[in-house]
Amino acid sequence: MITLHGTALAAEGGTDGFHAPSISDFFPPAIWFEGTIFEITRMQLVQFLAAAVLITVLVVSARRVKLVPGRFQNVLEMILDFVRVQIVESTMGKERGKPYLKLITTIFLTILAFNLTGIIPGINLAGTSRIGVPLLMALWVMVAYWAAGVRKHGLWGYLKANMFPPGVPVFVYPILAPIELLQLLIIRPGSLIIRLLANMVAGHIMLALCFLATHYLLLSAGGALAATSAITLFGAIALTLFEVFVAALQAFIFALLAAVYINMSLEEEH
Amino acid sequence: MDITNIAELTGNINTIGYGIAAIGPAIGLGMLIGKTLEGIARQPEVANQLRSTMFIGLAFVEILALLGFVAALIIS
Repeated sequence: MITLHGTALAAEGGTDGFHAPSISDFFPPAIWFEGTIFEITRMQLVQFLAAAVLITVLVVSARRVKLVPGRFQNVLEMILDFVRVQIVESTMGKERGKPYLKLITTIFLTILAFNLTGIIPGINLAGTSRIGVPLLMALWVMVAYWAAGVRKHGLWGYLKANMFPPGVPVFVYPILAPIELLQLLIIRPGSLIIRLLANMVAGHIMLALCFLATHYLLLSAGGALAATSAITLFGAIALTLFEVFVAALQAFIFALLAAVYINMSLEEEH
Repeated sequence: MDITNIAELTGNINTIGYGIAAIGPAIGLGMLIGKTLEGIARQPEVANQLRSTMFIGLAFVEILALLGFVAALIIS
């Protein structure tokens, strides 16, 4: 059911031609419930798997929490501490950040788990490389910063503080106000979505290209060209390690920007 | 007089477009990270603060290159 990406693609068209990876990789054929809105494809299975693993790991380790942590608990505590200190407290401060700690931690861990499915051999499809997951997360962040701002300043106060910042000449307001409103409603969540999505799509295409090139050069090209498959294989391994870094970095940036946006809504009026 | 094609281009030039789109963000990232390193070298005690500010800036620069990538993919 879940096959290695390279072999699945190569099997479709035989082994004689080279198949470049494309956008259609992210829309695999349906497995169950084809044609309904509950359609299950390989992408959904990957997402279910990542969610199940994340929930299992967190629930099991939370049940067995000890005062003197073992190695496994130590790693988890390090991650949670990293989110608390490096992301939330460094941008929002201790007092202000406390109510939003759960939101930021959930976003960070979910995106990290969904990103990491992109580099696990045999799965090789990031759960965040379709628009659904990034869209949901970005909308959640948008609701959170609107709610934070409206609760603190009231709706008009929040809009006024953002659209008509003090200290700007009056004749600039007609230009500035729509841009700021657009920023609040579309540009911030949109850029969050595109940043995560495009990174994962680009990473998958690079990896798939390296694996498919190795497959093609080794099996079909023949002669001296087969030796060059060692280079692409090495490139694939190096890119896999790079993608681990990118997966963590994108989760970090998404969570950091969420904290920054919420903090902007909570700032005092000048 | 016959007009003959001596060179022909097939396919699309999205990849070249993406290459051009990546120039600006590349310069931006270079300046951003270079300046942060400079700041950390001068004042190592504010390294943490500089680093997290750098990541926020990095996110805004990176989105430009990614928009180029998305445009290259969806416009064909």
